[in-house]
Amino acid sequence: MTRDQTQLLYAATHEWADIEEIDGEKIATVGVSAFAIEQLNDLVYMDLPEVGREVATGDELGEVESVKAVSPLYSPVSGEVVEVHTDLPDQLENLNADPYDFGWIVKIRLSGDAAVEGLLTFEDYQRQCSESA
Amino acid sequence: MTVQIATTPLDAMHRREGARMVPFAGFHMPLSYTSIVTEHHVCRNKAALFDVSHMGRLRFDGEGSEALLDKLLTRKISDMPVGGVRYGLICNEQGGILDDILVSHLETPSQQRYHLMVVNASNRKKICSWIEKLLPEFPRVTFSDRTEITAMIAVQGPLAIEVSKRLFNFDPSRLRYYNATITDQFSKPVVVSRTGYTGEDGFELICRAEEASRIWENLLLVGRNAGFAPAGLGARDTLRLEAGMPLYGHELNDEVDPLSAGLQFACTFDDRDFIGSKALKALSTEPLRMMRVGLMPDTKRPAREGYTVLNADGTKVGHVTSGSQSPTLGRPIAMAYVRREDIIPGDLEIDIRGTRVPAAIVKLPFFRRK
Repeated sequence: MTRDQTQLLYAATHEWADIEEIDGEKIATVGVSAFAIEQLNDLVYMDLPEVGREVATGDELGEVESVKAVSPLYSPVSGEVVEVHTDLPDQLENLNADPYDFGWIVKIRLSGDAAVEGLLTFEDYQRQCSESA
Repeated sequence: MTVQIATTPLDAMHRREGARMVPFAGFHMPLSYTSIVTEHHVCRNKAALFDVSHMGRLRFDGEGSEALLDKLLTRKISDMPVGGVRYGLICNEQGGILDDILVSHLETPSQQRYHLMVVNASNRKKICSWIEKLLPEFPRVTFSDRTEITAMIAVQGPLAIEVSKRLFNFDPSRLRYYNATITDQFSKPVVVSRTGYTGEDGFELICRAEEASRIWENLLLVGRNAGFAPAGLGARDTLRLEAGMPLYGHELNDEVDPLSAGLQFACTFDDRDFIGSKALKALSTEPLRMMRVGLMPDTKRPAREGYTVLNADGTKVGHVTSGSQSPTLGRPIAMAYVRREDIIPGDLEIDIRGTRVPAAIVKLPFFRRK
């Protein structure tokens, strides 16, 4: 599948969320935007959460580390981590090339409708990025 | 309050190449142009160009220069012939390090001799004030800060010397390691020294500020086909870390002495005194409390500056001063100060963001060129 970045929702902290209905449950697939990956250049390490972990919007999901610095990954939604991309930390160079498909980091089962509050549309997220540049 | 940030004479070159710029020691500097890891590999395999114009360049002319430098530095300078370059430290009276420097003894085509000292950008004002306090004792010395009217470019890598030959009015392969000369590049004078901060062969070049862009472009012109590329501060840091070289503000500061830092080779004690020599001589009669070591944490995750080093009992026995992923070794490396008595047993751990990771002690440098 190829995700269309214009159809995703974004946290102000640069995580994207692709929300789908699967078997009656809302599942958010989460990753980091191309803009942020570009800033984070030279990734060397990624710390992932465990399956089963409950997160609230804004909680630290894990960390990503570049040659120069450690950056936290924040959860854009609230819910339970149901799947983790365990192959990703060993292939961080592919994350650079493909942040929206191969670059998925976790899947979270949403805890309710309020679980997606505060997320930005692609246009609003882009505007935020150009303002901070 | 806004702090004025200066640009180097090569600023336009960096922006043209699309460099990611960061403020560093009061200058806009390129952090990287493509990626830190790519630029690091270019340096180790071909050659990389570094703008190091932010560093301080201080000139000493006149009678008494050598005596002044002998007093100022841990290293004896007065027996260094023209063409020599020496690494030394400036210490305070307690033996704490104020800066680490290189000083060259140079002679112009008109046979005027002088000494040129290169200091860390972040210490330039501090060192100038320190030197100015000494000047009344040496009234015939002329001291001048040449930083703003000059520029400095480092070309580092196995191809640096060979490919750059065409640029100079002399054969740089004939310049011995830690030697310097004044030559010309298309009839403009440049100082060239066979020195560097990467562990690779190569040279550092000092020119007038207005010549810098032209020389940078010429270096890329002759070098690009051979694989030369510009490299920024990010790669400069990973390269010097692999080469086991200390960085002021990390391994060196005014609470660290040269002996603990493993820089005895930069101190000449015999039959002389310099600022700090009394304190250092006293220190050398006792075992050192802390010593600088190389560490290889057994993990994929870099250990970084400030992380705690523990012994097998879980006692804090040191701290990491620099650490990163080593692009050449493909694993994290770090430098740390560790209590002397905990170094031989060697069952050390580093607290990496809450996880205690075993770390092997490794002799520096981590990487040595063939």
